[in-house]
Amino acid sequence: MTAVDLGLEAQLLLVGLTTLGALLAPETRRGMTAGVGSVAVAAAGVVTGALALGGGRGFVQIPTSLGFGDVGLGATPLGGFFMVVCGGVGAVASLFAIGYVSATGTRVSWVALPVFLGAMQLVPAATDAVSFLLLWELMALASTVLVLTEHAQRVEVRSAALWYASMTHLSFVLILLGFGVLAASAGSVSFAAMAAVNPGNPSASVAFVLLALGFATKAGVAPLHVWLPRAHPVAPSHVSAIMSAAMVKLGVYGVLLVSLEVLPDGPGWWGLMLLALGAVSAVYGILQASVASDLKRLLAYSTTENVGLMFLAAGTGLLLRSVPVPGPADVALASCLLLVASHAAFKSTLFLGAGSMLHATGERDLDRMGGLGTRMPVTSAAFGIGALGAAALPVTAGFMAEWALLQSLIHGARPEDRVVAVAMPVAVAVVALTAGLALMTFVKAYGIAFLARPRSAGATQAHEGTRSMQVALLVSGAVVLLLGLVPGLVAEAAARAAGVSGVGSGGWFGVDLPGVGATLDPVALSAVAAVIAVPVLWISAVAARRRPRRRVELAWGGGGVRVSPRMQYTATSYAEPLARVFDDALRPERDIEITHASESRYLVERVRFHQHLDDVVEVRAYRPLLALVDRCGLAARRLQNGSIHRYVGYSFLALVAVLVLVAL
Amino acid sequence: MNAAAAVLATCQVVVLVVVSPLLVGLMRQVRARLEGRTGAGIGQPWRDLRKLLAKEPLQADGTSWISVAAPIALLVSSLLVCALMPLLGTVTFTRVPDDLFVVVSVLLLGTIAVALVGLDAGTAFGGMGSSRHMTIAALVEPTVLVSVYALSIPVGSSVLSQIVEARLHDPARIAAPASLLALLALTVAVVAETGRLPVDNPATHLELTMVHEAMVLESSGRDLAWLELGSWLRLGALLGLLSSLLVPWGIATHVSVTALLVATVALIAKLAGVGALLAAVEVSLAKVRLFRVPELLAGSFVLAFLAVTASYLVVQV
Repeated sequence: MTAVDLGLEAQLLLVGLTTLGALLAPETRRGMTAGVGSVAVAAAGVVTGALALGGGRGFVQIPTSLGFGDVGLGATPLGGFFMVVCGGVGAVASLFAIGYVSATGTRVSWVALPVFLGAMQLVPAATDAVSFLLLWELMALASTVLVLTEHAQRVEVRSAALWYASMTHLSFVLILLGFGVLAASAGSVSFAAMAAVNPGNPSASVAFVLLALGFATKAGVAPLHVWLPRAHPVAPSHVSAIMSAAMVKLGVYGVLLVSLEVLPDGPGWWGLMLLALGAVSAVYGILQASVASDLKRLLAYSTTENVGLMFLAAGTGLLLRSVPVPGPADVALASCLLLVASHAAFKSTLFLGAGSMLHATGERDLDRMGGLGTRMPVTSAAFGIGALGAAALPVTAGFMAEWALLQSLIHGARPEDRVVAVAMPVAVAVVALTAGLALMTFVKAYGIAFLARPRSAGATQAHEGTRSMQVALLVSGAVVLLLGLVPGLVAEAAARAAGVSGVGSGGWFGVDLPGVGATLDPVALSAVAAVIAVPVLWISAVAARRRPRRRVELAWGGGGVRVSPRMQYTATSYAEPLARVFDDALRPERDIEITHASESRYLVERVRFHQHLDDVVEVRAYRPLLALVDRCGLAARRLQNGSIHRYVGYSFLALVAVLVLVAL
Repeated sequence: MNAAAAVLATCQVVVLVVVSPLLVGLMRQVRARLEGRTGAGIGQPWRDLRKLLAKEPLQADGTSWISVAAPIALLVSSLLVCALMPLLGTVTFTRVPDDLFVVVSVLLLGTIAVALVGLDAGTAFGGMGSSRHMTIAALVEPTVLVSVYALSIPVGSSVLSQIVEARLHDPARIAAPASLLALLALTVAVVAETGRLPVDNPATHLELTMVHEAMVLESSGRDLAWLELGSWLRLGALLGLLSSLLVPWGIATHVSVTALLVATVALIAKLAGVGALLAAVEVSLAKVRLFRVPELLAGSFVLAFLAVTASYLVVQV
């Protein structure tokens, strides 16, 4: 029995124990028991994943009486990387949950958490389609239960969970069909056997499209993203964190599994398809995020953007491999995994921060926050670091990942291949536009929530959360900084997981890309910045001693005297110029109601402004589809009017039809 | 290599700190003369800085540490950009090459620092300036990256020093159509990024039309001094980069006293030329409406994209 075997079995055992603990523990102890148990499950995942990433091998067979051949769990470097990511997010989020849900945690939700974590961590360990789909479905079910946690308190939870369940099952069906096609060609359900299928076959292409769409649905890629902005705001924050920072990544894992291990060396248009899906998703996601004012909705759309970038990176890698341009292709694939790791770190920080803000103020709406920086210093620091990461600024994890992606894009273009020569500049522009809009989005999120003056009573009375929440926030914030400051180790891990060369570490744990001749050394960059900062700080200190700062009661405000916090800019007004620039794409609905004074219509008594932003894809594509399904259902109802004579008639007709068929 | 780079970086920082306020003074003076005014002289920005540093900063109740830290962050980011960019010479640190993406992201750190200052006091004008500033910054980003991408194609590297060095050795590249298109696009981006006409009016006294000025309304004393110096340094560094790309002659490819002296004189001459030209053009321009700015930026993006396309065509022919 190898160490990886032990790790896989330990995860199964810990899930069982934690579930039992959550079921049996008395109500006062339930949170602590199940929370600590979940942290242990997640930690076991991290350790197992790290072992697999280091080259450890193992196989745990699942005994079955069905004729599938060998069905079981194993470990690959790629799977190990995702196991570490899922486990890391799970550990931090479970720690946060101990203090966060103590009051509202029902037994069902505490039982579902370890099951969700366990299933999620073991999906990347599946070695065949059967165990993959079993774990995938278990993960979907457990997460649906968790989304429904607060269904008794709020009505919208049920509709959101319904959207989530439908979309996640659409994903399941597509993946099932895709693996079905492959298994039929290969004659076996194991991934190793499927690798024998020639990717040039039409059936391989059919399978790839089905699988890519299935995984894209789970990953929240536009236009299949509609469940994300609904499910995240209603789920408890630690669940949103796990779903957004870890679960959607398994969609990316699926795509990489199919395109690197099951069907390697596919045709170039596979990559182009992923690239196009990713580009559309990245721009659409960040555009919606930049105008959103519900914090968790904003974060959900930002997930769509980031997953889009991951698809773009994976697509670039596949496209460039088919040309072939091996150096930049390798960098693109490694950057996809770097994006996975960095997004997991900063998005869990941001969602946990949002949870802490919701806990403190009872508000999710940025327009009603403000001034939280002085009231919640720990949350403010962690959320600030997370926001820097999401805006891809140095020296955070997000920056190094986007830097690697851009390097692969600008070195990847070849004039000989027209498709690549056009695709690469477009991709650079897409990444640049998303980076710019992400900057605006997260300046808005941080600035409106944490700076200025409180815009509601809830924000005025805000306070820091419990100890476990603070520790979880600080740990995840520190990981965002560490990954950005010493990215060499994670870059090496990503290169090993993707099975590529030309990506390594150098200097003070910086990233070296010998394949494209580029270097990033955040520690050295920070050192130069620190040296430059010394004289500035020194002059500031001298000036501060001579002329201390004086506090005044009122800001100058352009000469006007401030009256009410309502006069400040809000998240909605902050994004107004952008909403106007992208009017055609966003289609905001604005209602302006003007009440005139009774004496004269030139005097205005009251102006009411209301702006509503719907998801354009949902309005244009999904609602007509749902309406059509509804109409079909209503039409089908006419068959069934309750008359027993009619039903007997149907049976008779059916019998005749069968007889006729048999006779033919 | 690293010792030489450290010397060069120090020189660049010192020269830019001395020259940037004078550059702003020169641009104001050119404008004043062309408008028939006497002007305050090119040393006025320096006198302003000295005055602000000696004054007592006021801080309104309810503002956070951002109001104190962000001006310093802006200044440090601008100084770091000055140290990294190929302004006086093309010698770089081995571990910190002046990679375009790193330079742009350091500039963006300064951008968000100012935007947060605008939001911190919770006044309407600050929020307004911050919102407009970030909208413009978001839309400029694609132009900047795509235009330097176009410049990097013939060199095969995104390191600015290597691009400048290649143009120095092969001046024919500068006049290539792709290069000219990319430089034109980059100029529009620099104008937008540094808040010059027609995107923002640095001399405006009407709060409703302000972008940069609206954000720093609440700052005073040394906070304001750092904010001003930081943005002047950005202007100096970006115009310096443009002139290094357009007329690379005089830039030092190795570090020696004479080479640095020549490079300093050349840089001052280039900055004075570019600055005076920009100021002269600005006199004849009016600030465009805020919602026309995206059209301008979209136009510059198209130019940058054409530059990329053209450079592939040129390589192929």
